[in-house]
Amino acid sequence: MKTEELINMLGTNLEPVKGGQLRKTLLVALAVAVGAVGAICLMWNALHMPADVQGGGHFGFKAIALAFTLGLAATGARILFTCAQPGQPVRKPLMLIGLLPLMVVSAACVAPAVLDPATWSTMILGGPWGTCLICIPIFAVIPFVAFIWALRKGAPTHLTLTGAVAGLVAGALGAAAVVVHQTGHSIPLIALWYGGPIALCAVVGGILGPRLLRW
Amino acid sequence: MDIKSDEPALRALMLAGLDGDEASHKTLLMKLSAYLRAYFKGRLVRIGRGPADAEDLVQETVIALHTRRQTYDRSQLFTPWVYAIARYRLIDYLRRTKMSVMDVSVEEADEVLAADDPAAVESTLDLDTLMAQISPKARQAIRHVKLDGLSVSETAALIGMSPSAVKVSVHRGLKALSRLINQRS
Repeated sequence: MKTEELINMLGTNLEPVKGGQLRKTLLVALAVAVGAVGAICLMWNALHMPADVQGGGHFGFKAIALAFTLGLAATGARILFTCAQPGQPVRKPLMLIGLLPLMVVSAACVAPAVLDPATWSTMILGGPWGTCLICIPIFAVIPFVAFIWALRKGAPTHLTLTGAVAGLVAGALGAAAVVVHQTGHSIPLIALWYGGPIALCAVVGGILGPRLLRW
Repeated sequence: MDIKSDEPALRALMLAGLDGDEASHKTLLMKLSAYLRAYFKGRLVRIGRGPADAEDLVQETVIALHTRRQTYDRSQLFTPWVYAIARYRLIDYLRRTKMSVMDVSVEEADEVLAADDPAAVESTLDLDTLMAQISPKARQAIRHVKLDGLSVSETAALIGMSPSAVKVSVHRGLKALSRLINQRS
């Protein structure tokens, strides 16, 4: 086939393209993701899952954990918009996303140092770690599927990275749902038992990315 | 002529094409295919591939540029968008044909698409063979609208579909063709 023939064919009866369609698709996916996680939040008690084993007196930590997870989700979601379009710089926003975990992890490292060593083990193991490890990846499934669906309508060119960011945002949203009902009572716990499963989701997303997003 | 100094002209053509201007879109794809040819030939000659392989890749990329044009953000520069798609298609091609991806460095758009090469050869792709593999509905729609140049409403009357169904069939058919081309080894 001659390239000129192909171009003639592609250009014949050309349909105009409306601007911002990809953006709309991604926004729909984001709405589905947030809606799914919100629904899980509302259904939490109906599912007979334990709500706040710590007694609910940790409003400060809940706020920190929510800020951490939702902050991650928001910065990650912004990067998804750039990832879906070829030729957009992704390095700078990626550094931004690295900043949040870095803050929480460094806070987590400082916290044991200023506290009594005797409380270290309850501080790290005393939380809802089992719930976090199981629930966060499960809650992340629907958001992840929604993001992949939307990204496939775009043209991501860095598939591993795009998959990882999709996994990260999905994981962070899943974690936010867990945070609403349960929070640990220390920053190391938030870093470990929320950050860990979110990182796991990002790794799984990165592995699946090249398979799911190839075009 | 290099692609960077061509940016304003190419971008203007792209914007006109997005608004539905056929002539601009065809001119744009012809110009880009010349840049792509020089780029791919340069890369493939190093690994012992001929001009026909380069032409395959040019056509693969031209279809990608066309079917993914909704991913171009009108407020952004145009050539980095073209370069990212060209580079992605090249890497995908090398991976598919089990070539080393290490040969593709991370250059900037202006270095890569530095020259154009209008000397086209025929690719190894055959449109009839490809068309035979897509759904009959899409095939019919593409044949009438894209090859015979009938309008969407004429085609709709001819094959008994609604005009919007014809548009959808054409769109899906082109994506299917693009997929078929991308998956060949």
